[in-house]
Amino acid sequence: MNIMKMISAEKIYKSFDELEVLKGVSLDVEKGEVVAIIGPSGSGKSTFLRCMNRLELIDGGSITIGGDQLVSTTSDGKVVYVEEAKARMICRRTGMVFQHFNLFPHLTVLENVIEAPMTVKGIKKEEIIPEAKELLRKVGLDDKLDSYPSRLSGGQKQRVAIARALAMKPDIMLFDEPTSALDPELTGEVLKSIRQLAEEHMTMIVVTHEMGFAQDVANRVIFMDKGEIIEEGTPEEVFGNPQHQRTQAFLNHLSAR
Amino acid sequence: MDYIFNILDQLLISTQDTFSYIFRILPAMVDGTKVTLMMFFATIALSLPLGLLLSLGRISRFRLLNSAIGVYIWLFRGTPLMLQLLFVYFGLPIIPVIGEVLVLTAFQAALLAFVLNYAAYFAEIFRGGIQSIERGQYEGAKALGMTYAQMMRRIILPQVIKRVLPPVSNETITLVKDTSLIYVLAMNDLLRTARGLVQRDFSLTPFIVAGVFYLLMTFVLTKIFARLEKRYAVYDE
Repeated sequence: MNIMKMISAEKIYKSFDELEVLKGVSLDVEKGEVVAIIGPSGSGKSTFLRCMNRLELIDGGSITIGGDQLVSTTSDGKVVYVEEAKARMICRRTGMVFQHFNLFPHLTVLENVIEAPMTVKGIKKEEIIPEAKELLRKVGLDDKLDSYPSRLSGGQKQRVAIARALAMKPDIMLFDEPTSALDPELTGEVLKSIRQLAEEHMTMIVVTHEMGFAQDVANRVIFMDKGEIIEEGTPEEVFGNPQHQRTQAFLNHLSAR
Repeated sequence: MDYIFNILDQLLISTQDTFSYIFRILPAMVDGTKVTLMMFFATIALSLPLGLLLSLGRISRFRLLNSAIGVYIWLFRGTPLMLQLLFVYFGLPIIPVIGEVLVLTAFQAALLAFVLNYAAYFAEIFRGGIQSIERGQYEGAKALGMTYAQMMRRIILPQVIKRVLPPVSNETITLVKDTSLIYVLAMNDLLRTARGLVQRDFSLTPFIVAGVFYLLMTFVLTKIFARLEKRYAVYDE
């Protein structure tokens, strides 16, 4: 087992009722790597990401996070997850940022950030508050500590969500279309925070529609379509010289807009 | 001139009479109010937590528990509260085994019926509240590593409280008045006390006094719930 491998997903299958959304998708992510997953909507990229922290349960394949197996499939096709408490511990190595932020509206910005460290890890309030404030300062929101999420702009909400995920000290950050619900003029501030994380060598998987961002920040770009990985490579390879016709069509379609 | 003074005089005397009559019946009315309030507070204290438990069971994945609670709610919302009172007090004692073990005073029987009935209503209110919370809240909590219990306690239920305050307030105010049904078990609550006095003294004044008492109780409750709603209004969804 390569200890540098942060996530290893092998031949992931997932169906919603009759619809097969993932058809054997495999992905290895090295420590410190930034992987961008692009593709048309309905390609299964978000579903794939959500399988990594059990927001979706897979129908086949195996997932290993930080060297610990989360789920595997026996030779006769039975999917076996490790027991609940262990699965929770393994998934705690991931932090997730959602398209629609999913901040807790009844808690202030600071309370949103300190909630999980206190409840899940049992860290004392006075110990976590300085850390939380530092995280919020890094995303530029140290003047909003006592605001409720409803008072924030979309970009501010998403930056709180990033700080909230980081407060659990994850090894891998999962971004599920973090800028798709934002007004165009607000995407920049969120992308800046994510870029900053990349510079600190945080391991990240980013599902995104921001091609410019994928090109700039990612070490590796993966193009998915109809539940399969069609093409992957460095940003230069995928954007500069796409091999597959479906990738070309997708990128042409985007640049034509 | 004399005539007018005469009328005023009589009015004064009758007003004085009325007031002294009210003062005379006041101790009895206060005693009746105590019974009403005891029933009210005991019912609230027990039916709210029971209702919460039932709502959690109603949305659980355990089919059997889920549908058993469904039947329970159907029974208690689908039959008159009066019937339930009568059944608990007069019906349970004649059922073999149960009747021998379960010996209830009128107060206990009434309380049992009220708690079971109101818990059914509260369970449905809470279920609706819990299910109205967006899926993203559950996912956000789960992605942060929370257990089901942590998620419910820290994230979901605090938001549910805000959403269910208006219907819970409604039910609570209804309960104040529903307690008057215990007259069928011959308990001297506020209304039955008033009725006794009306029949004894051939005066409607006790009914008016009882009405004012009920209004005072519901007024206080309305204020309390308005306060709570204001406190939860610090955040928007």
